Amino acid sequence: MPTLFAVVTISFFLIRFAPGGPFSLERPLPPQIMENMIRAYRLDLPLWRQYLDYLWNVAHGDFGPSYIYRDFSVGQLMMQSLPYSLQLGTYALILAVLGGVAAGVVAALRQNGIVDYLVMSVATVGVTVPNFVVGPVLSLVFAVLLSWLPAGGWGDGSARFLLLPTIALALPQLAVFARLTRGSMIEALRADHIRTARAYGLSRRAVVVTHAMRGALLPIVSYLAPCAAALLTGSVVIEEIFGIPGVGRYFVQGALNRDYTLVMGTVVLIAVFIVVLNLVVDILYAQLDPRIRHD
Amino acid sequence: MTDFTSPAPAPDPGPLPGDLPAPAEGERGRSLFRLALRRLVRNRAAMAGLFVLLLVTLFSFAGPHLVGHRYDQIFTSYVAVPPSLEPRPSDEHLQDVIETAARRGRVTVGDFTVSGGSFTATLNSEKTIDPRATRYIDRTDEFEGTTVTATEEDGRRLRIAGTVAREYFPFGTDSSGRDLLVRVMIGGQISLLVGVLASLVSLVIGVTYGAISGYLGGRVDDVMMRFVEILYSLPFVFMVIMLVVFFGRSFVLIFLVIGATEWLDMARIVRGQTLSLKRREFVEAAVAMGLSDWQIIRRHIIPNTIGPVVVFVTIVVPKVMLLESFLSFLGLGVQAPLTSWGALISDGTTTMQAAPWMLIFPSLFFVATLFSLNFLGDGLRDALDPRDR
Amino acid sequence: MTHPPRRLVSAALLSAALLLSAGSAGAEVVLHRGNGGEPQTLDQAHTSIDVEANVLKDLYEGLTIYDAAGKIIPGAAESWTVSDDGTVYTFKIRDAAKWSNGEPVTAEDFVFSFRRVEDPKEAAGYANLLYPLKNAEAINTKGMAIDQLGAKAVDAKTLELTLERPTPYLLELLAHQSALPVNKASVEKNGADFVKPGTMISNGAFKLTENVANDHITAVKNENYWDAASVKLDKVIFYPLEDQAAAVRRFQAGELDVNYYFPTDQTDYLRQQLGDQVHMTPSLASYYYTFDTRTEPFNDVRVRKALAMAIDRDFLSEEVFQGGQLPLYSAVPPGIASYGEPEKVSYAETDQLDREDEAKRLLKEAGYGEGGKPLKIDIRYNTNANHEKVATAVADNWKALGATVTLTNLDVKSHYAYLQEGGAYGAARCGWTADYADAESFLGLNISTNKTFNYAHWKNEKYDALMAQSYAETDQAKRAALLHEAEKILLAEEPVTSLMIYASPWLVSSKVKGWQDNAVNDHLSKFLSKE
Repeated sequence: MPTLFAVVTISFFLIRFAPGGPFSLERPLPPQIMENMIRAYRLDLPLWRQYLDYLWNVAHGDFGPSYIYRDFSVGQLMMQSLPYSLQLGTYALILAVLGGVAAGVVAALRQNGIVDYLVMSVATVGVTVPNFVVGPVLSLVFAVLLSWLPAGGWGDGSARFLLLPTIALALPQLAVFARLTRGSMIEALRADHIRTARAYGLSRRAVVVTHAMRGALLPIVSYLAPCAAALLTGSVVIEEIFGIPGVGRYFVQGALNRDYTLVMGTVVLIAVFIVVLNLVVDILYAQLDPRIRHD
Repeated sequence: MTDFTSPAPAPDPGPLPGDLPAPAEGERGRSLFRLALRRLVRNRAAMAGLFVLLLVTLFSFAGPHLVGHRYDQIFTSYVAVPPSLEPRPSDEHLQDVIETAARRGRVTVGDFTVSGGSFTATLNSEKTIDPRATRYIDRTDEFEGTTVTATEEDGRRLRIAGTVAREYFPFGTDSSGRDLLVRVMIGGQISLLVGVLASLVSLVIGVTYGAISGYLGGRVDDVMMRFVEILYSLPFVFMVIMLVVFFGRSFVLIFLVIGATEWLDMARIVRGQTLSLKRREFVEAAVAMGLSDWQIIRRHIIPNTIGPVVVFVTIVVPKVMLLESFLSFLGLGVQAPLTSWGALISDGTTTMQAAPWMLIFPSLFFVATLFSLNFLGDGLRDALDPRDR
Repeated sequence: MTHPPRRLVSAALLSAALLLSAGSAGAEVVLHRGNGGEPQTLDQAHTSIDVEANVLKDLYEGLTIYDAAGKIIPGAAESWTVSDDGTVYTFKIRDAAKWSNGEPVTAEDFVFSFRRVEDPKEAAGYANLLYPLKNAEAINTKGMAIDQLGAKAVDAKTLELTLERPTPYLLELLAHQSALPVNKASVEKNGADFVKPGTMISNGAFKLTENVANDHITAVKNENYWDAASVKLDKVIFYPLEDQAAAVRRFQAGELDVNYYFPTDQTDYLRQQLGDQVHMTPSLASYYYTFDTRTEPFNDVRVRKALAMAIDRDFLSEEVFQGGQLPLYSAVPPGIASYGEPEKVSYAETDQLDREDEAKRLLKEAGYGEGGKPLKIDIRYNTNANHEKVATAVADNWKALGATVTLTNLDVKSHYAYLQEGGAYGAARCGWTADYADAESFLGLNISTNKTFNYAHWKNEKYDALMAQSYAETDQAKRAALLHEAEKILLAEEPVTSLMIYASPWLVSSKVKGWQDNAVNDHLSKFLSKE
């Protein structure tokens, strides 16, 4: 709660001090009309008053009207867009974790072999190519040139539409997971209890799956939270390129348009999301590694 | 809320070199360093990475002095021309160019011949030709030094001669007619500088903050880490956009802003290091000698966190460069006509069908650089942490 | 960890299967329209941008509409008469005009709609568009009672509009999306929610069924529309595609039938690829640069002229925009019937080289350039790839005169906020699109009392006086003459200098029939069909 409060406060004042306001447009409004609008949105009140009003409203679940998307309240926009983001984000997370861990394990087992180098090189390309390149290239190749998949849009939400954006979104995170897994697997395979297990004649497969994996999971779990956050913010680009109506673009559009309430809404939403995620990850972590308690 | 004693969920691809055996001062430290260096030198991937980085840096910073074109120089005759190792223009093309130029000067071209680096032509008109008409020809990027060699038929026919200016565009030009080679070089300067400087900013803030927090401990540590916690919950994209929108777009601010959002992981790592260092004998000895807190932090704590910090920097630099490219994609990057790899790539994606070279060249350099940084980082980590490998 | 997502997957697959089976049931004709951006509202009182107009004009029908060729024709009104002094218009609304719920469209609906736009409590951004209506401005800004508005329902189907002064472009104004009617009963009952799908009652060729922000807006054929028989599409889906390169890919992949906006610097390439599916129509919009005339050196007309002359508009037009935007040498773009051929700057016909010589001479006279005072210019523009290219090219032209040029760009909000708040600058990029086909729409920007739009802070008493006279003049020819005089002064002084005429970039699939390019850039879906 104190974290959320601080987040709201910092961002509220930060955006208010940015130049321009929600109503300065390419085609500026005559001063009288501007006054009407400012009054209608209660922007004529002193800032502290607006701040207190905002806190009060948010505490009651009311994020206010959007200044730019006039036909929607911020709450409605969030509710409308969140399912898209969550769905896409979840798919991307699954793809990143499964793909990344598999690649990492394979690389670790063949450490310094040709497979290792190959897998890790591909993974590194994944983290180094910006996703605003991956997205358009995928779309160009698979939609325009090959006509296999749609070039963009959510469509009916089927796999056909989601495949390309999911890949583009997951790729950098997949690469991170691969690197993480490889590193911790190598370490785990070298740990004493693994060597002991091997010495006792347990099969390599059994050792890898039951013992090494468990130890190697820790850093992966601890990366889940930042990864989920990165997927959420990374989706700004993907949403724009593939025309997906998620939450991500409201950050950017809200900030650029000085849509105060919309920006605040997204910030609060993301902050809640991150706080909850951290909590979940902490619990998971404690489950996997009881030592953490008395460190 | 997160338990602060749990390992930081740092987005660090690789095992955190959490508690290295901290090298003590003096001889032992130096020899450990030498050992690490030797391990690093033996790592072929890391050395290759370092080599590529040096090459790219040289290319970016020395290159513009070798190519005769300025990064903001517009070649009006060569808008969006594809890359070629052949000099431009080709001879067939010249005929078109001189005719177009002559038309603008309201004259027509008679015989036109090019030999080697020079040309001769005749200009015809029904009226007396203003000798200034040659300037229309000089005005193009293809011809220069045009002079009138003879005036015939009462000035209605001019014989002219001049030289053909040949330009090389090995990377092609962009859609404003600027040499992409030089653009990529300048973009490299900006991207590398942003990467290094922003990392330095995050380094300075993060190391100082983490060391102070960890060293002082107790209530101060709680408060300072709680603050970090809050910043973690702020969507950093939002922070960066706000800061850029708020402070404007100068180059200095962009790396300051990025640096200011990337110091959190660093602070956490250094704090963790400090916590374990604090219990070491040499720190206790320093306390006993009556050194002030700040002196201890500066002389004993910070130097001993160098290992993980160096490794972390190699992770932050590519992250920062990616973040810069993301800002450029949103149109919030460095101010034109300056450019960065991110900005070039972002422009390139919109033109990739019509002019793929505008995407390919900057991307190649960008990816190669980040690739090398990654390998170098891996190498450094392995070298500094002897348990690995 | 894996369970909830698996459920998500199956839910998605299930809904996909349902949608697919539903979609394949009927062979309906669906037009997929890429719309260039997300509408900010579908409320007549709050709309301000073209992408909203594209949607709103399909949903609602005003008294007048633009036909496919961009000509004003009767819309909800079947005919009208004008009083001799040009201040009273009487509209006869079609008997057959009905709302989508089957109820008749009445004069009262229009009165209610116009009053709503002028109501200060509604805070309509475009209230000034209807200021020509009697007392509109006083109601909107000075608190006059709302029933004093010059709009009266004589009977259910007769609407009488009284004007402040003769307004020759009234019929064009009434075709603007701000002048579209709302259903009085619905707005009174639902308040601001009347715009929601399922609630919205409209009188146009289509009615709203879905509105998912940033995804799509779906409108289906309105069976109660008076001209429903001639509407050939069953459904129109608007996609708010802001990423132009992505929109082009979707057009190429056949997912869009029509798309508004494409990257104009790729016009040549797109023409090669897509042939005459690429449409570029000059519109009533100018791309111009303004100078800060309050400070040196731009308070010197010679400097302004020199800089204005040196800009190579042909290069901008041919190379940067690949012919998509045309060079403009007037303050008013051509194509306004009531105004005729606009005036031109003195150097319009001379060659670029001569202009450059002249520019150098002027600068020297003013004491700048070689051997004189250094000339430093900062060009401000709002963040956009095209504006950047223009600024880069202009900077190149000015550097040739010996000036030092820097560029500054801000996001669009900050850019205009800066200019409107009177921030000091050198030169700045602006754009202006006419709301109605009249020269005043452009010339009115530079009146010295126009606090918002006169970015140049230019003050010329003669110009102001001419403009004031033009507002009082009822005779069309005399009014046009006054405006021409004013334009001459503006072009001689050049506090602002026009660079290009904006063109509207459209991609129109060859499957789409009934499309005509027009300068007003109105393309109602009711005139379109699809093979």
